Amino acid sequence: MCGAPKQGGTLAGVDLATQTVIQGQVWHDGAPVAGAYVRLLDATDEFTAEVVTSPEGEFRFFAAPGAWKLRSLAPVGRGERALTADVGLNETTVAIA
Amino acid sequence: MSRNDVLVTADWAQEHIGAPGIVFVEVDEDTSAYDKGHIEGAVKLDWRTDLQDPLRRDFVDREQFEQLLSERGIGNDDTVVLYGGNNNWFAAYAYWYFKLYGHSDVKLIDGGRKKWELDSRPLSTDAVSRPATQYKASEPDTSIRAFRDEVVAAIGEKNLVDVRSPDEFAGKLVAPAHLPQEGAQRPGHIPTAVNVPWSKAANEDGTFKSDEELAKLYAEAGLDTGKDTIAYCRIGERSSHTWFVLRELLGHQNVKNYDGSWTEYGSLVGVPIEKGA
Repeated sequence: MCGAPKQGGTLAGVDLATQTVIQGQVWHDGAPVAGAYVRLLDATDEFTAEVVTSPEGEFRFFAAPGAWKLRSLAPVGRGERALTADVGLNETTVAIA
Repeated sequence: MSRNDVLVTADWAQEHIGAPGIVFVEVDEDTSAYDKGHIEGAVKLDWRTDLQDPLRRDFVDREQFEQLLSERGIGNDDTVVLYGGNNNWFAAYAYWYFKLYGHSDVKLIDGGRKKWELDSRPLSTDAVSRPATQYKASEPDTSIRAFRDEVVAAIGEKNLVDVRSPDEFAGKLVAPAHLPQEGAQRPGHIPTAVNVPWSKAANEDGTFKSDEELAKLYAEAGLDTGKDTIAYCRIGERSSHTWFVLRELLGHQNVKNYDGSWTEYGSLVGVPIEKGA
């Protein structure tokens, strides 16, 4: 029913003709950041969802077409990225400076 | 009830690891999080396999709850200190659940697992076992749990608080955006419900906002303190977070959590639905 899907991994079973997938990695200092908190904010900056990155620093959201912002919070610092998503796969990277 | 009775800081929790009479309990949405590391001595509750009936869509019954807590070594007189991921969504759900079955001393760690991790506090992978107890639960307290007919009757009468994200409230999404957008139910919200996303009650590190900020939030949203309140979300976990805020932190009376939430309401035949912000 609920249960956060494992972050990263294949998109098998995900219908990219209907789903708007936003996924990518969190990076810091030339390496992916595992265990970072990544939240998806809507066009008004309101919280929509949050996941914890995989050992490879990966995150994935199932959103809708439109403007979104990703914000990452980790013990090493925070990073942010704005993007416009369309139906299908939208890949991006969030850098923590 | 006040904040100090129901909420402890991460510092307090760390100082009380191993203290007699205190049982730390981790409850996550991602049920594998505990196995990767937990507060030393904490037992795990799986919200799905431990707290849901395996056949019907409902809670485990009183006897099953007694058996569960007895097995995990939780006694009636223990102080249960809950924490978990997702900004304590499922820990708040478990808090509500423990209250439903009448456990007297339950607390949440402010910020939950997220704050604990962001503070780089220690986590343990050691297996935890506690001696079994003879736990006795009360009959479920339905004064804190709302059912569907009550929710339909509350339209235009009681405060209905939809705590999902604005896009779910508007009907643009049917689930939180970390989950695939599936489900047969219709998108939208219950007419007359106000949208106060649970996240507005929390700081970015997962801790709750101050009582003053929280009181202002719900007053500005138009919550009538003279009326009873029903909170709902998609499956009842985020609304447990808001139920905790309204009843346990702000001391509102007659606040219920509708755990059927949108997955039930949005699938009912013939009930009114609104879309849009």
